Amino acid sequence: MAFFPASWTRFFHQTASPPYFYALASKLSPWLGGICLALLAAGLYGGLYLAPPDYQQGDSYRIIYVHVPAAWMSLFVYVLMAVMGGIALIWRMKLAEVMLISSAPIGAGFTFIALVTGSLWGKPMWGAWWVWDARLTSELILLFLYLGVISLYGAIEDKRNAARAVSILALVGVVNIPIIHYSVEWWNTLHQGPTVTKLDKPSIHISMLTPLLLMALAFKFYYALAVLQNAKLELLRRESGAQWVKNLLGAKT
Amino acid sequence: MSLSQAFFAIVVRDLLLAFRRRAEAANPLLFFVLAVTLFPLAVGAQPHLLQAIAPGVIWVAALLAALLSLESLFRSDFEDGSLEQLLLCPHALPVLILGKISAHWLVTGAPLLVVAPLLALFLGLPQQAMATLWLSLLLGTPLLSLIGAIGVALTVGLRRGGMILSLLVLPLYVPVLIFASSAVDRAAGGLPAAAQLDVLAAMLFFGVVLAPLPAAAALRMSVN
Amino acid sequence: MNNPDFWAMGGYAFYVWTSYGITFAVLLWNLISPVLQRKNLLRRLTVKQKRETS
Repeated sequence: MAFFPASWTRFFHQTASPPYFYALASKLSPWLGGICLALLAAGLYGGLYLAPPDYQQGDSYRIIYVHVPAAWMSLFVYVLMAVMGGIALIWRMKLAEVMLISSAPIGAGFTFIALVTGSLWGKPMWGAWWVWDARLTSELILLFLYLGVISLYGAIEDKRNAARAVSILALVGVVNIPIIHYSVEWWNTLHQGPTVTKLDKPSIHISMLTPLLLMALAFKFYYALAVLQNAKLELLRRESGAQWVKNLLGAKT
Repeated sequence: MSLSQAFFAIVVRDLLLAFRRRAEAANPLLFFVLAVTLFPLAVGAQPHLLQAIAPGVIWVAALLAALLSLESLFRSDFEDGSLEQLLLCPHALPVLILGKISAHWLVTGAPLLVVAPLLALFLGLPQQAMATLWLSLLLGTPLLSLIGAIGVALTVGLRRGGMILSLLVLPLYVPVLIFASSAVDRAAGGLPAAAQLDVLAAMLFFGVVLAPLPAAAALRMSVN
Repeated sequence: MNNPDFWAMGGYAFYVWTSYGITFAVLLWNLISPVLQRKNLLRRLTVKQKRETS
């Protein structure tokens, strides 16, 4: 901790204390929700209405506006989980544990979305619901990694132990993700027949790119909002006997 | 007792224990042979087809055999309390765990190397691929034990850890499976497979150095 | 938006709208389910606290 100035350390400790964090999350949520909705509206309007159809893929390419941000977020959330896991293991910070496990279902959701929309995009492009394309395959493996984290956390009864286990698993996973990704990519180039057209990003024009970036940003804000809701629930579950929860209940009635 | 003495003491102890339970130790090997035998029965005995799928079949069977044998790595030690003794040892825990993994591989992984030629014969894998198959198993099966050790260490305290163990470990086995089976595949087609074997060797090197660390942390969590 | 061409998506309506439908269904579910569960938990805790204090 000596790496940081004392004021930083104080800031972290204060923010990381459950009652303060719970109140902060409640205060932030409407703002995050508002920004997310505005970005979504702009991104959807731009992507579904303003952007012209792709000259090769027609209107089917518009799936890109949910598929690609979801795929980005699925990786981003896993990396974030590993960072939280590192913090939780080194500094034994409870809040990092809570954030890690709160991220898992949301990350799994993004991965699921990327898979399903990829498949829905693939049907008109490839003529098949599922093709062992490199990106879809590594996304599928990522979904298994997420499910592993979720089920391991659920299986260990002592939740502090469970959080340590999940932190270790997330760190092991994040080291392996690039290896898995490149091996799958390499396997794919080896086995792919020449007739299969790849889900290439359409030649991207600025009117197509702007909505994509807006949607990616909207998904980021959505993640922040959703992870805070999960974290509030998890904090309440873990600390249901603590004084601050009693005060909270007293204030409500 | 020096660190290397402790390491070998653990290897010898685990080998002795395995020798006393010979019948149990032979199970992964039997499973490996049986699983491969099922494929011709399921897909038909056309030589072309079998030859084409042989590398994949042998490697998937090896992977599942390794998965089945993983629980025995820490389970009995966890139940009789000797795992706790191991954690209290003054020596570096990752090295001791590496000892346990080595013994485990010698008991469950190394025998696969002996029967692999037999299975290659069953499936009609060309002679020229035999050396590559053997090398890929030699480099790949220790990796399966190393990666698996992390998964077992995380789940050893659970009553029904088996299902979760496969969910944790199988995705991490994907790169090993890809490189190993493609090495054999290329060799069967008469192509050089040195690049794939090099990648496997590099992964094995990193696995030996890195895998015991999270396994040690996970064991401390499980025994806690 | 009342333009039928917009909803037709150049013949890809099924794929495009199913994608968007599933996406927002999953996103909404992941957002609403923790909120509902928290409300539930708070209610149970309040009842428990009242029983203890009275």
